[in-house]
Amino acid sequence: MLRFILTRVSLVIPTFLGVTFLTFLLIRLVPGDPIEVRVGERGIPPERLEQLRHELGLDQSLWHQFLDYIGGVLSGDLGLSLVTRNPVLDEFLTLFPATIELAALAMLFATVVGLPAGIIAAVKRGSIFDHGVMGISLTGYSMPIFWWGLLLILFFSVGLGWTPVSGRLDLLYYVEPVTGFMLIDTLLAGEYGAFWSALHHLILPMVVLGTVPLAVVARMTRSAMLEVLGEDYIRTAKAKGLAGKRVIGLHALRNALIPVVTVIGLQVGTLLGGAILTETIFSWPGVGKWLIESINRRDYPALQGGVLLIASTVMAVNLLVDLLYGVLNPRIRHSR
Amino acid sequence: MKRILLGAGLGVAAALALAAPAQAAKTLVYCSEGSPENFNPMVNTTGTSFDVSLPVYNNLVEFERGGTKVVPGLAESWEISDDGLTYTFHLRKGAKWHSVGDFKPTRDANADDVLWSFNRQWKTDHPFHKVSGGAYDYFNDMAMPTLLKSIDKVDDYTVKFVLNKVEAPFLANLAMPFAPIQSAEYAEFLQKKNQIDKMDQVPVGTGPFQFVAYQKDAVIRYKTFEPFWGGRAPIDNLVFAITPDAAVRYAKLKAGECNIVPYPNPADLETMKKDTSITLMEQEGLNVGYLAFNTTKKPFDDVRVRRALNMAIDKKAIVDAVYQGAGVPAKNPIPPTMWSYNKDIEDYPFDPERAKKLLAEAGYPNGFESDLWAMPVQRPYNPNAKRMAEMMQADLAKIGVKAKIVQYEWGEYRKRLQAGEHLMGMMGWTGDNGDPDNFLNVLLGCEAARIGGSNISKWCNKEFDDLTVQAKRTTDVAARTKLYEQSQVIFKEEAPWFPVAHSVVHMALSKNVVDYKMEAFGIHRFYGVDLKQ
Repeated sequence: MLRFILTRVSLVIPTFLGVTFLTFLLIRLVPGDPIEVRVGERGIPPERLEQLRHELGLDQSLWHQFLDYIGGVLSGDLGLSLVTRNPVLDEFLTLFPATIELAALAMLFATVVGLPAGIIAAVKRGSIFDHGVMGISLTGYSMPIFWWGLLLILFFSVGLGWTPVSGRLDLLYYVEPVTGFMLIDTLLAGEYGAFWSALHHLILPMVVLGTVPLAVVARMTRSAMLEVLGEDYIRTAKAKGLAGKRVIGLHALRNALIPVVTVIGLQVGTLLGGAILTETIFSWPGVGKWLIESINRRDYPALQGGVLLIASTVMAVNLLVDLLYGVLNPRIRHSR
Repeated sequence: MKRILLGAGLGVAAALALAAPAQAAKTLVYCSEGSPENFNPMVNTTGTSFDVSLPVYNNLVEFERGGTKVVPGLAESWEISDDGLTYTFHLRKGAKWHSVGDFKPTRDANADDVLWSFNRQWKTDHPFHKVSGGAYDYFNDMAMPTLLKSIDKVDDYTVKFVLNKVEAPFLANLAMPFAPIQSAEYAEFLQKKNQIDKMDQVPVGTGPFQFVAYQKDAVIRYKTFEPFWGGRAPIDNLVFAITPDAAVRYAKLKAGECNIVPYPNPADLETMKKDTSITLMEQEGLNVGYLAFNTTKKPFDDVRVRRALNMAIDKKAIVDAVYQGAGVPAKNPIPPTMWSYNKDIEDYPFDPERAKKLLAEAGYPNGFESDLWAMPVQRPYNPNAKRMAEMMQADLAKIGVKAKIVQYEWGEYRKRLQAGEHLMGMMGWTGDNGDPDNFLNVLLGCEAARIGGSNISKWCNKEFDDLTVQAKRTTDVAARTKLYEQSQVIFKEEAPWFPVAHSVVHMALSKNVVDYKMEAFGIHRFYGVDLKQ
């Protein structure tokens, strides 16, 4: 087991370096540097441009800049944002809880709805329910987040007035950020009204962000269940006279869950990617919206640091998922 | 960042405690389009960042609400010496500073604060010069370092600025957002606590609203500053709810989550006009979009060619198609809302036949080949340069001018145009200080026609230049108006540009907003705005 963990962890290092290098390079390939992006029509005298580039260290060779950056990263220093002049890590950590809160709820939504839907669809294969679930999940999977979000806002927020349009908390409330998770902070502050408001604000973005993972989970559960339901041991269990629910719940589901957990793990990447759009639509103060602004302003350190931290999160979650297999399926644990 | 929020949080608790008993506290919610870099306009260049500082700070002089006229700010009055080189400002007594967190001001704003604030931008050895990056773009762009000779304190409430040369727009420059007065006492307080970065993160000013808290990328809160020298604002709280998507801003307005919304989607304007639940305001922006002919290159060194092209392009069709109701055709380089705009000037008619004849006279009976540069980005004065270029291309083809559309990345584009690499190129301008000099001299003067300068026609006309330079050296507005009106006549005759349009800016408001005024410079201010209960 330990060797398994070590092998997996050692694979993370080249990935980490690769991500750092790619982000570093890609943002620099985008034309326009941080200074030119902000000067607008007026332009800037060449001497002053040189001076500013020098102050920001942009006049050094790319290699020099990259090595500097890697050196900083290894000692835990992600640099200062070129725009706000705050440490990138501080900015990220201030905003990241909002993204996690949203992504976690979206995942919860996807699992809580997707798993049972997939199971029922598999058990009642060929029924109207099965076709319905598969049809809806295909639609959900294909829906552009931007359009879906605006549609829900128009219907539920503007039309019916059931949910707020955007934001994280009603402006009436101000809750001291302690953990950064609004649901927890409002409870800590004992502001139950604020808690309800935070929950209300979460509904639409959660549904929008959770739609794609929901579709994936439902389809994956269905096909994994179908495969397992055809196995001999299921027939044996049925032959033993076990109740149908027990066969499905215990014997089939446990085995079908392995690929589903993999997929859920992989969805973390999708979720964080989808969060960028979702956060922009719902004015959600998370890292996605922050990254978009960093690109527009060519804020290299913020963008590099942000992508690096998100990539690290995805890698960590994938690692966890791999380890979770061992728990779910002893065969994997022992074969390595 | 956390530290800041914590510190500011105490202020919020106090603000809420004050606001709590009065059920009917008036809170104005402005759905802003983006997050600010920080709360100090000295180091910023975007309207988004200026907007968040304007409630907090005062300048020595300011622009009147909704206008371009310079009115007293922290300076109650001022005198300009006869030679136009010395400006003496008399500061208002009793202008109180905000208290934020554990900073409690012990004195009112005075000459020390004025000196402190200008020296911060001017002197590289000032202890706060490097704070927040230390790039004072506007201060440098307005040539303040070369213009200023000295700034001196005469007494606690009198400050004397001496210039190196006469510069009529100087007063208007001081009213621009980049020149706020910050508190020297607060700076000292932060220095003692070793927190100088907080200067621009938790702002302390003398303005009508006091900063309460900023939740990054989400909400900015202010409360009304009761002892504001200009009188208490009619509202109690001002909130910026950061909402980057234009469609969502509109939805929030309809759902009652915002009172004021900037930058609506052009595509939504028709619906908004018909929407009786909101108010749509519009105003011609202080800008101009144009096509510049490079007058140093053949065939555009010939005025007949430039005039011919002015007659060959159907301006009205372009304005209708590209601006979709959010633009008015331009005939002068300055917008109609600016003083000294010469309304008597007649634009060239759209007349391809006459254009063809003129081209033949100039020696191009079969037309010629040219490039046509179009910027790759949407700008306030030009929503779609590519589309505009295609329409111009089609019109020009009809008189035999074959134009090839050229595009570069924005920074590169501007640089190459300023270097004069083009034959025809699109550009535009948004006014900084409401002074005609800011358009006529900056965009068409001989000084700016150098390689790398912002006169991209590279047009240097002695007669025109003499008029604008003379106007810059005169402080009498009536005399300046005459000079500028005359210079616009020369501009029209010489036709270095094909002026396209001035865009129209829109704001959407909920019905209960009272007395909001649109600002000329693309900024948004909320002092004086009220809410009907």
